[in-house]
Amino acid sequence: MPPSSPLEQPAAGAEAPGQGYPGERWAGPWSGGEWRHRHGSRGGPLHRRLRGPIRRSPDTRVLAGVCGGLSLATGIDVTIVRIGFVLLTLGSGIGIPVYALAWLLIPLQGETTTIFTRSLNDRRGLRLVIALIPILVAAQLVADALHIGFLTKFTWPVFLALGVAILIRRNASEGERLWINDDLLPMLHPGGDHHRRWTLLLRVALGVIIGVGGLLVLILGHSSGSGLRPVGGALLVIAAIVVVFGPWWLTLLRDLMSERQARALAEERAQMAAHVHDSVLQTLALIQRSADDPRHVVQLARAQERELRSWLFEGRPPGAIGQAASTVSEGVAMIQRQIEADHGVTVQVVVVGDCPLDEGLRALLEASREATVNSAKWSGASQVSLYAEVERECVMVFVRDRGQGFDPEAVPHDRQGIAQSIRGRMARFGGSVVIRSAPGDGAEVELSMPRRERVR
Amino acid sequence: MTAAHRPRIFLVDDHAMFRSGVRAELGEAVEVIGEADEVEAAIELINERVPDVVLLDVHLPGGGGQAVLRGVTPHHPEVQFLALSVSDAPEDVIAVIRSGARGYVTKTISGDELLHAVYRVGAGDAVFSPRLAGFVLDAFAGTGAGTPPSLDPELDQLSPREREVLRLIARGYTYKEVARDLTISAKTVESHVSSVLRKLQLSTRHELTKWATDRRLV
Repeated sequence: MPPSSPLEQPAAGAEAPGQGYPGERWAGPWSGGEWRHRHGSRGGPLHRRLRGPIRRSPDTRVLAGVCGGLSLATGIDVTIVRIGFVLLTLGSGIGIPVYALAWLLIPLQGETTTIFTRSLNDRRGLRLVIALIPILVAAQLVADALHIGFLTKFTWPVFLALGVAILIRRNASEGERLWINDDLLPMLHPGGDHHRRWTLLLRVALGVIIGVGGLLVLILGHSSGSGLRPVGGALLVIAAIVVVFGPWWLTLLRDLMSERQARALAEERAQMAAHVHDSVLQTLALIQRSADDPRHVVQLARAQERELRSWLFEGRPPGAIGQAASTVSEGVAMIQRQIEADHGVTVQVVVVGDCPLDEGLRALLEASREATVNSAKWSGASQVSLYAEVERECVMVFVRDRGQGFDPEAVPHDRQGIAQSIRGRMARFGGSVVIRSAPGDGAEVELSMPRRERVR
Repeated sequence: MTAAHRPRIFLVDDHAMFRSGVRAELGEAVEVIGEADEVEAAIELINERVPDVVLLDVHLPGGGGQAVLRGVTPHHPEVQFLALSVSDAPEDVIAVIRSGARGYVTKTISGDELLHAVYRVGAGDAVFSPRLAGFVLDAFAGTGAGTPPSLDPELDQLSPREREVLRLIARGYTYKEVARDLTISAKTVESHVSSVLRKLQLSTRHELTKWATDRRLV
């Protein structure tokens, strides 16, 4: 059906001829039909239905509803249209790009814009498509050089379809994207339950056909003696292998990726738990201990609130050594100030050497603070020693108290302090933790973190 | 000096509050034979009364603790000095030690510990607080590859063992705990510390003085 401009239409929409126009223009080349569809009253209902605008039909779609739409627009049975497309594809491969272009240029029923018009604003998508051109040229040149020109017959349609597929994938409307993601793509994957056997059969059949074809080319090419023809055969055999095993490789790759994601998620969770422990749980413990001092309780609650807010809304993790300190000695001094203020114990600080903080060293300081807080809270000692030494390869921190001590083996697992805030934190950045303590003999936590950037 | 013999103490500090505090804390265990609140008076009185141990404030009007040391040590080398301060300024502490003080403690030290330190300094031992140990480690750091060879490596470098001892002290270990941790005798720990003190006082290492100037700029 030829595109028709709304201007050519009889002024049937005399009520509001101009109203439909600007919007219609965006609907693409077939948009005139839509206009007539709404306003025209020349034909009877059947006529309008048959010769109406081409819209891709979501109800009868197998892929994008192009055949269904054509059948609705022309009155030809949808099965015949489909057979036509299959023949076109098998004959010269032209069926694929024609279908893809139709997908691109015909709007879905109920939509006013085509994927193509939306693509015009998708610069990245367009750039990707343009990037295909040199690859296509290269493929043509290689095929020519190898005298396997018969392959080039397929490269054009394949690349055209690829380019269109990129645009469709990026610019399909929300509803269509859902359909593509949930119903169309799973057919390509071996996972979809009831498609599974069919796709497997199809794949193996296709693989066998291509593979046999490739072998034939190899053998015939060999006997005919034309030097480079076997290369084409080999390519076909490789393609057959990819067709048969490709999806399986993809599954493997996907599993690997989802596993990695799961691990990243678990790590994130651990980091979060460590932060919550440092801030909320520690504060709650402090509040319980100073329950008889309302002013102190209010002060603690306020500080905690401020900290949580800055974490939730400004993304600054609580207890982070943050931007306030930029070197090890500044960080240690900060810990000393905070803990002396919060817990009323003396923190005796000794720092040897100094260096700028990186991610790992911040984690080291955060773990050191946790260790110091633990000593201040649980040991009963009035003084905690905090010693930091910057060495060539690593930074070491020792936190020591002469309090009641504990049995490191006997700490219950639900006590987050040591597990998450100290060990987890250090392990995430490649550091190590040694805890020495015995009941009645004080405790010492030794933390070591390798330096990323080595000075001198 | 034995426990029976009460050490005779002289206090040099410009804060009267601190002097009376120390008097009260040390109590009957020592005999305080005098006080001074500035350099001139301190030199005069110490040379006159010759105490066993002088508790010397690092920061003192009229030249600081080092000035007192320079005024006394040539005449009475037997007088021992224990430096005290509240501040964190390492260059002043190192300067006082290099001028001859036998030890350094912070003013936050408890009465018992202070008394212990007084006894030890009186007996000619060196008293290293964790902070001093840290300062010294810092001052002697960088004696590896890349530093120019020194004229007297014996004096200009800490031995690995001395380094170990200092690190433990800096971590808050007492001499006794250091000895237990390294499975050596307390006497050996003492001798390591004294040796470090000697190196600190006698070394002409360029870095030691340079380190102090660097620190002053910070």
